[in-house]
Amino acid sequence: MPKTSPEIGGMGHSVKRKEDPRFIRGKGNYVDDITLPDMLYLDIVRSPFAHATIKNIDTAKALATPGVLAVITGKDLAAYNLHWMPTLMSDTQMVLPVEKVMYQAQEVAAVLATDRYTAADGVDAVEVDYDPLPVVVDPFKALAPDAPVLRTDKEGKKDNHIWHWEWGDKSATDQAFDEAEVKVSQDIYIPRIHVSSIETCGCIASFDKINGKLTVWMTTQAPHAIRTVFALVAGHVGLQEHKIQIISPDIGGGFGGKVPVYPGYVIAVAASVLTGKPVKWIEDRMENLQADSFARDYHIAAELAGKKDGTLTALRIKTVADHGYTDAAANPSKFPAGLFHICTGSYDLKAAHVEVDGVYTNKPPGGIAYRCSFRVTEAVHAIERMTDLMAHEIGMDPADLRMKNFIPSDKFPYKSALGWEYDSGDYAGALKLAMDRIGYAELRKEQLEKRARGELMGIGISSFTEIVGAGPSKHFDILGLKMFDSAEIRVHPTCKVIARFGTKSQGQGHETTYAQIVAEELGIPASDIAVEEGDTDTAPYGLGTYASRSTPVAGAACAIAARKIRDKARKIAAYLLEAHEDDLEWEPGKFFVKGSPDRAKTIQDIALAAYTNHPQGMEAGLEAVSYYDPPNLTYPFGSYICVVDIDKGTGEVKVRRFMAVDDCGNIINPMIVEGQIHGGLTMGLAPALYEEIQYDESGNCLQGSFMNYLLPTAVETPAWETDKTCTPSPHHPLGAKGVGESATVGAPAAIVNAVVDALWHLGVRHIDIPITPAKVWKALRDAGVSE
Amino acid sequence: MIPRSFEYYAPRTLSEAVSLLEKLGPDAKILSGGQSLIPMMKLRLASPPFIVDINHIPDLGYISETDGSLRIGALVRESDLESSPLVRSRYPLLADTTKVIADPLVRNQATVCGNLAHGDPANDHPATMLALEAVIVAISPRGEREISIKDFFTGLFSTDLQPDEILKEIRVPTPPPRSGGTYLKMERKVGDYATAGVAVQITLDEADACLRAGVGLTNVGFTPLKAAKVEDFLKGKLIDAAAIKQASEIAAGESQPMDDIRGSADYKRDLVRVLTARALNRAIERAKGGA
Amino acid sequence: MAKIEINVKINGAEHRAEVEPRMLLVHFLRESLRLTGTHIGCDTSHCGACTVLVDGRAVKSCTMFAAQVEGREILTVEGLEQDGKLHPLQEGFFQEHGLQCGYCTPGMLMTGVAFLAQNTSPTEDEIRHAISGNLCRCTGYVNIVKAYQHAAAQLREGGV
Repeated sequence: MPKTSPEIGGMGHSVKRKEDPRFIRGKGNYVDDITLPDMLYLDIVRSPFAHATIKNIDTAKALATPGVLAVITGKDLAAYNLHWMPTLMSDTQMVLPVEKVMYQAQEVAAVLATDRYTAADGVDAVEVDYDPLPVVVDPFKALAPDAPVLRTDKEGKKDNHIWHWEWGDKSATDQAFDEAEVKVSQDIYIPRIHVSSIETCGCIASFDKINGKLTVWMTTQAPHAIRTVFALVAGHVGLQEHKIQIISPDIGGGFGGKVPVYPGYVIAVAASVLTGKPVKWIEDRMENLQADSFARDYHIAAELAGKKDGTLTALRIKTVADHGYTDAAANPSKFPAGLFHICTGSYDLKAAHVEVDGVYTNKPPGGIAYRCSFRVTEAVHAIERMTDLMAHEIGMDPADLRMKNFIPSDKFPYKSALGWEYDSGDYAGALKLAMDRIGYAELRKEQLEKRARGELMGIGISSFTEIVGAGPSKHFDILGLKMFDSAEIRVHPTCKVIARFGTKSQGQGHETTYAQIVAEELGIPASDIAVEEGDTDTAPYGLGTYASRSTPVAGAACAIAARKIRDKARKIAAYLLEAHEDDLEWEPGKFFVKGSPDRAKTIQDIALAAYTNHPQGMEAGLEAVSYYDPPNLTYPFGSYICVVDIDKGTGEVKVRRFMAVDDCGNIINPMIVEGQIHGGLTMGLAPALYEEIQYDESGNCLQGSFMNYLLPTAVETPAWETDKTCTPSPHHPLGAKGVGESATVGAPAAIVNAVVDALWHLGVRHIDIPITPAKVWKALRDAGVSE
Repeated sequence: MIPRSFEYYAPRTLSEAVSLLEKLGPDAKILSGGQSLIPMMKLRLASPPFIVDINHIPDLGYISETDGSLRIGALVRESDLESSPLVRSRYPLLADTTKVIADPLVRNQATVCGNLAHGDPANDHPATMLALEAVIVAISPRGEREISIKDFFTGLFSTDLQPDEILKEIRVPTPPPRSGGTYLKMERKVGDYATAGVAVQITLDEADACLRAGVGLTNVGFTPLKAAKVEDFLKGKLIDAAAIKQASEIAAGESQPMDDIRGSADYKRDLVRVLTARALNRAIERAKGGA
Repeated sequence: MAKIEINVKINGAEHRAEVEPRMLLVHFLRESLRLTGTHIGCDTSHCGACTVLVDGRAVKSCTMFAAQVEGREILTVEGLEQDGKLHPLQEGFFQEHGLQCGYCTPGMLMTGVAFLAQNTSPTEDEIRHAISGNLCRCTGYVNIVKAYQHAAAQLREGGV
């Protein structure tokens, strides 16, 4: 039950979004909508080869094209030591190459021109001579002793191994496996995919020579981090942090793909600094898919041990992580495999051990945290597949096996075998609700009947635990920047509010939800609260929005700052009411004297008084700032149940129903949460059935455009069914956990489990995603089944 | 994303268009729907120096049934075909086909004639037109010429159209009574080209034996394929379950798929088999008066 | 290359302009006319973010040359609100949370304007097929379907 009225619009109200009026009128302000006087355009020449020495770059024809002003190469940037820059994981990446290229579509040179069309002609006219080098696209081959060494730029590097990371008690785990009554093992490949928001990446860099100030409008989810990185990387060419402004305007979807610093941004900045003119760079879709970054690409070898009665005892995972040519993952620096060690999931596993080895290959860089916190989709895929495998192997219903092994709801805070302290959870409650809502028992009956007739129907479950809200300063930083976040709230004399944050919405509705938190805490109507994010000149420092961290971290900061304001408001109220602070009670929007409710002051009275009638000795004004260091992560969870029907003739998988029960603790705006779930589920369906990026032996990208990188339309997407349970976070000021990514994390395994469940009786044990009709057809034919 | 420059012409009559083609030579390309041409130009896979835009020529958007044929004019959009009550009621195979071409937005611009003129074995209408034994009408400085559809597709992206010819009209013989047809397209998602597609048009005699069968295959060869062996096999037969099974296997044998990103040749061949069987069942159902 | 002159009506206003033949309609709208509500999301005519109405038909403006719209009437998202009154679809998207980042929204709106003009009682399946040329990454389409249904109901009751 919401504590505030709908007019106030605090937590729990499905307040209509304050950002919508401009978007429904086509008056959004995305980077490519912005035009500045004298603006120039940057377009990029890209390598057709995945690995090649650059012999020569001939710019004569390009420079002779009317309207082309310059062609920038690696040699030009090298003069300023800007040809290489750090990645978010403290590896190094090329801005523009001098010696060689290391992935197909890598940036090779940049053309600066007076307009977009001329820049494209200029790119066409640049002639590059390459000497192809041997290509390595298979990470296992990359680890072979005779593999060509890719990172010849790293002095002394003799292999393609980036790092080895392991976690957990190896001997206890090995012992548990030795003693296990039942063991299941499975190799699981989670292919490369791309976030592919409908808006691609881009920027306008504008250097004001007179004032020495650089302003960059950029598609970025983390504007402050970008500003600091620019100051550190380009400080030697005169850029200073107080004279760098990053503006993240409206962003058309981020999903983690707009966190890294892409070469295009740096080249645009360099070009602007050199010319003193604004320079716009917008990647087109093929560049976006082929070059900027990627997600997943984990080769997982998982083993699960248990007893014949279905008790799970231990988990062992070895993973090879294909990072492309550089480790540009966006992970907290201590965790090169992100939060992969959440992989014991929702189960009370007593022992676990995980190892991950990062590998270089001739592919674009990354390890984007694509709507997955950090590697949580991979972790959940592994544990939920293995759990299902175990259930099928021992002949136990997968729901029963999960129920048997869930961490009981009274065991929280729960310390997992891999060291995470889960804050709260009621896994059995979520699964039970999902089973009731979908009619699980009837579906199992129907499945048996259909199977007897030779019809293929499957039911798959995914009961995931997410781990979000990075993160406590003790363990979390990106490039050394701690992962706090911030809120700065100021109440004006007429009790309207401006609230600014260190996060940056790309569609999550922060202009509405943060206002609702302030409304909840101060009783000021959400419609009276303006929310701003994204301009580093005005917003307090934060690490941005990704990994579902906004509500857990900045949302907490918002509550704390609002409470600081309320504390001061109490003092002012006491002064105005000539009462003692302790004699006052608060209800949303007003303080009143205990026992005399007519002796009251509204928050509006108090706001005005803060500027016109504040007590002597107190500073005027009514505002507060909070930089929130979360004491722990938060652990949203859920249970998803998927029903599929498989066409025996064509191999097509049809998702007949999908029930998603999510628990993200206390909810700010149910409408917005539900929208996040719908979108997240669709981003889980997509890699499960449609999306992947593959490379052939020469490093050619096979899905370099929407022709073959298959985003689901409304026809492929099921009518998602959703419900919720509510298990608040005990440590979060609002009891909220964050939810933006849960569905992307939880959904793929439910779909795979359903397909394998449909085909288990034919001897099928596993299919790697994407589960295309061609793969299903092959599995069916191998099992002797056809139409 | 940005095409190379070109010279643009917008004739107001067909004869003006045809003279332009003659004058400009083989490097000139006709722009009708542009939904295949413009994407290629944006990727610079095609950079014709001369574009002749026929969209401003009036009276080319007709769909009419005269003299025993459905006549489809050069500027009939796919969505016009889709919404035509005439086509829906009397040419259900065409209605099935147009509905699965690309997506609704592309269909609002793409022309039916353009779908044939492009010579792409991945386009959907070719198989359908083969099954319906359509006739292409081309116009050039030399006048009009009729081309039988089975002679029209000469190779990958090539048709019998001369450089100075414009595909002016498609004529589809009106099917006799007791006819039915359908088009089944297996696609990875809406908007994709076919992994494999099968068009079937059947006419039954009074005893339910097959008078005539037309079968066309999409995207399983270098050209759209006419499954002539299937057609011959079915002619005169009562199409029972055994005949359908055999016909579908023959169809699979007539297809010439390659391994590619949509699937292996084996998979596509089996899809042809499965889809042919399903399409035959549906076509027969419709021929007997079903919907 | 020589420019050509086009005369075109956009959102009710007549425009005359000189354009390179190769200029795409979407760039003409966004850059020459500063109507940036129509968006670009891909380069292979798949995403539909660029959807506008040309003579009442919903088309992908990235797959047309500006030259082609000589003498035609174009409606973009900026032309939907009339005299301060939102089109029922705009209202529907707002009421039903049919948008998140807003980038695909203009395309979804324009497809809907043409679709609902032909069909004011669509089934869910018909709606999903109607928007199958418009990609969305944020919403999972559920609320877009609801937005269309909301608008259809309003149109049936005689709104606009």
